[in-house]
Amino acid sequence: MACSPLSRKGIHVKVKELKTDVAVIKDLELSFGRVFEETWAEPIGPTPFPSVTALREWDHKLLQRYKPMYMPFCDVCCLCTFGKCDLTKDKRGACGINMATQQSRIVLLACCIGAATHAGHAKHMIEHLTEKFGRRHPIDIGGLNIEVEAPITRLVCGIRPKTLGDLEVVLDYIQDQITHLLAATHTGQEGSNIDFESKVFHAGMIDHLALEVADIAQIAALGFPKADPKAPLVNLGFGMIDNKKPVIMVVGHNVLPATGIIDYLKKKGLTDQVEVTGLCCTAHDTTRYNPKAKIVGPISYQLRFIRSGVPDVVVLDEQCIRADTLEEAEKIKAPVIVTSDKNCQGLPDRTNDSPDAIIADLVNGKAQGALILDPEKAGEVATKIAIEITPKRRKSKNIPSPKEIMEEAKKCKLCNDCVRACPQMSPIPEAIKEAEEGNLRLLADLYETCIGCGRCEEACPNHLAIHSFIVKAAEHILKEETFKIQAGRGAIQDVEIRNVGSPIVLGEIPGVVAFVGCPNYPHSGKEVADMMQEFANRRFIVVTSGCSAMTAAMYKNEEGKSLYEIYPGDFEAGGIVNVGSCVANSHIAGAAIKIANIFAKRSLRGNYEEIADYIYNRVGAVGVAWGAMSQKAAAIASGCWRLGIPVVVGPQGSKYRRMLLGRGDHEEDWYVYDARTADRVYVGPAPEHLFYAAETKEEALVMVAKLCMRPNDTTKGRAIKLTHYIDLHKRLYGTMPDDIHLYVRNIMDIPITMKDEIMKILKEKSWKEGRVPDPTLLPRMIRKRKE
Amino acid sequence: MAAEPWQTAEIPGPTKALVITKPEVVVAMIKKAKRPILIVGHEAVESDFGEEKLIDYLIRLAKTAKIPVVATAHTVGEFVKRGYSHVAEMPAVDITNRLQDVEWKGFDSKGQYDLALFTGLPYYMMWTILSSMKHFSNLKTITLDRFYQPHATWSFPNLSKKDWNENLNILLNKIGGK
Repeated sequence: MACSPLSRKGIHVKVKELKTDVAVIKDLELSFGRVFEETWAEPIGPTPFPSVTALREWDHKLLQRYKPMYMPFCDVCCLCTFGKCDLTKDKRGACGINMATQQSRIVLLACCIGAATHAGHAKHMIEHLTEKFGRRHPIDIGGLNIEVEAPITRLVCGIRPKTLGDLEVVLDYIQDQITHLLAATHTGQEGSNIDFESKVFHAGMIDHLALEVADIAQIAALGFPKADPKAPLVNLGFGMIDNKKPVIMVVGHNVLPATGIIDYLKKKGLTDQVEVTGLCCTAHDTTRYNPKAKIVGPISYQLRFIRSGVPDVVVLDEQCIRADTLEEAEKIKAPVIVTSDKNCQGLPDRTNDSPDAIIADLVNGKAQGALILDPEKAGEVATKIAIEITPKRRKSKNIPSPKEIMEEAKKCKLCNDCVRACPQMSPIPEAIKEAEEGNLRLLADLYETCIGCGRCEEACPNHLAIHSFIVKAAEHILKEETFKIQAGRGAIQDVEIRNVGSPIVLGEIPGVVAFVGCPNYPHSGKEVADMMQEFANRRFIVVTSGCSAMTAAMYKNEEGKSLYEIYPGDFEAGGIVNVGSCVANSHIAGAAIKIANIFAKRSLRGNYEEIADYIYNRVGAVGVAWGAMSQKAAAIASGCWRLGIPVVVGPQGSKYRRMLLGRGDHEEDWYVYDARTADRVYVGPAPEHLFYAAETKEEALVMVAKLCMRPNDTTKGRAIKLTHYIDLHKRLYGTMPDDIHLYVRNIMDIPITMKDEIMKILKEKSWKEGRVPDPTLLPRMIRKRKE
Repeated sequence: MAAEPWQTAEIPGPTKALVITKPEVVVAMIKKAKRPILIVGHEAVESDFGEEKLIDYLIRLAKTAKIPVVATAHTVGEFVKRGYSHVAEMPAVDITNRLQDVEWKGFDSKGQYDLALFTGLPYYMMWTILSSMKHFSNLKTITLDRFYQPHATWSFPNLSKKDWNENLNILLNKIGGK
């Protein structure tokens, strides 16, 4: 199979014997460029550093089962000056592209953006950390508990990185592949939608690599929790912030500027005098660095937190940051420090200026912000500004009083432009009308479902500050937001994998469900918390990260405890495991890979296809991105698809423009090889779909339980999984599922308490008994050929 | 109200739904169809329709017009609760996928449907589903919701609740003469 030229990067000279006038040299080996200490005894697999097409055959096998169903946003392509081109139905554009191919091209573009974003993040992280800690800094992400430190890197690249410097070659490979993938999206390149989809899978795999590089580097160098199921509980919520102190707000995903702030505070003995608060994944990683830092909430809290006037200085790094942050911060007189070349906000580069000069300009209002591309300097400047400016700012707000809301509300003409702009189609006009009478109750009711986008304000012809109205009306709720979340623990320990590997693969732990991604929820974040609790109570392993992990913390039980205070953080049945920020998603994919390696003893090294085949057929893992919004989320999902892990998104996820759907009624799609006998065996649609948008929480719960079924389930395991699927279906749908016959392979699969009921259905469906094979999609995995 | 997308920024492209200016259009489409199907999303359970819910109306419509029903998400139980069990259950994306397959013989194995009536899905999800149908199927699609969906073959314009109720009630009365 084809491998990337990068795997052969560097010059390697081997001389058996060299005779000169003065000496004879034997067995001389010289390497130029990157050198690896190759003490890894594991045999190298077929696809180290795979090229764009190296895993195409595997991708096509999956895509044969899960054919793309495209859901275009609009009828046209507008990517080149030939266009716009009308691609309606089977029309082709000026370049010859049709709608299916165009949609898959857009999906690839989204995934390239996502992968490039994580790669840029990882690159920045490695450059900074190698400069600070040296290229030889060891990758220790769990001490003796972690021997397989970088499962994705081992699997994809076929190398075993030991130091930060070893990760550079991985980054080179990532950048090389993203360049090729992005090139494929140019006008007049790929003409097959299925090959575009294969490239989407490649982009996803590359994205997972980038995630892993970024997170293992920061865990190793910055002292984050190291695969610690008892990682500390940290504070989350608006009400947790002491706004009498100077408050620094950090936003984004790259933790380095926040570490600069925390280090400076520590150095100066100011840790308890300044509040360091964060939003989005930077907040996760800030608490992994220092548990005293506080998380405000997910991305949807950016506007409301700035407008509250609580932050005294705003520090931006990269990704998922509102583009209007500078304008919003100006309204509350809070200076802005930008720290990433990805997000300069038009501010002057002050990286080489003295801190005192920058501080003076920002505190005195001479400048509104500064670009500082040095995390340590940014930390010092942000801290000093916060301390100096706090008395001057007096926590200036941009939130109206109830009286002002009443007055403003009179301008509302009930034009409905706000509701037509609102992603939730919330009943804003009715709430505004009631506010006119002095009753803010309906406005407060909107708070729970509001995703904080501010589109309502942009749409309002009278320029009403509708989002601020909602925040003011819900002020009492906001102030009571005091929660606990377990800091991101990082990787899953090898011993945890050993403990659960067997019950997962046999099906006795009914599934591993990962709740990840953004907060573009269809109703409210409570749905995420409810789903996580449901599966934890059912003894699934629940894993989480990013904004979903934060959201899940924001709902308490009757005793005032969040999910993280109720459920253990161990990777075990009934655990709720917060791995950390977006880049920590690598540990979720990594856990699935480690099951194949540690439990099943499959070789990882450059052996992608075999491991994906193992995971697909045996590991009942499902991802749920209930509020997925970003291109990064698309890339993360596509990395899961190539590993054979299904992903469920909420209804907004239908805007990703295509699903990967199986057809349970197409029997011919669901045959595998029995690796023991080479027989082709029908195993039913398990899992039925690879990418799927659910309309409601109830549908997602039922579908996730179903998607956890795998061909390898033992009869006991299948009975357990069927019990959960049927039980959830009966409770939430009020009926028996109509496809049970597809999942019962033999009588022993039937849950004992449902035997009579199910036997009756099987009889009606003319069900025939099947068998449980040693499943694989790969002919080369067959151990015994038929004569 | 005007025939423009309810969510302002959702601009469809050159091919837009024909506007149902009077309910008789839908009646004619249903009567003309050989194999119609009604796809009902979960919002039909929540959506007020006069003194009742939309789902109650839809049951009457399905009975009167003898249109088979497929309930998406968890909606099937609500039909059963109301004593209407002639309803298939299938996720919204799944039924959309099958309706695009010319080989699919339908829930009764009697052949492909030729008219799909959609209602009760979230607006933005209906948008992507109808777009998928427009580009990749040969079926005619009608949305019975009160907001304009340009990717359908036929859609009501954006209507007030009162006008929408009136239109659907006329539709039901007229279809009774089928």
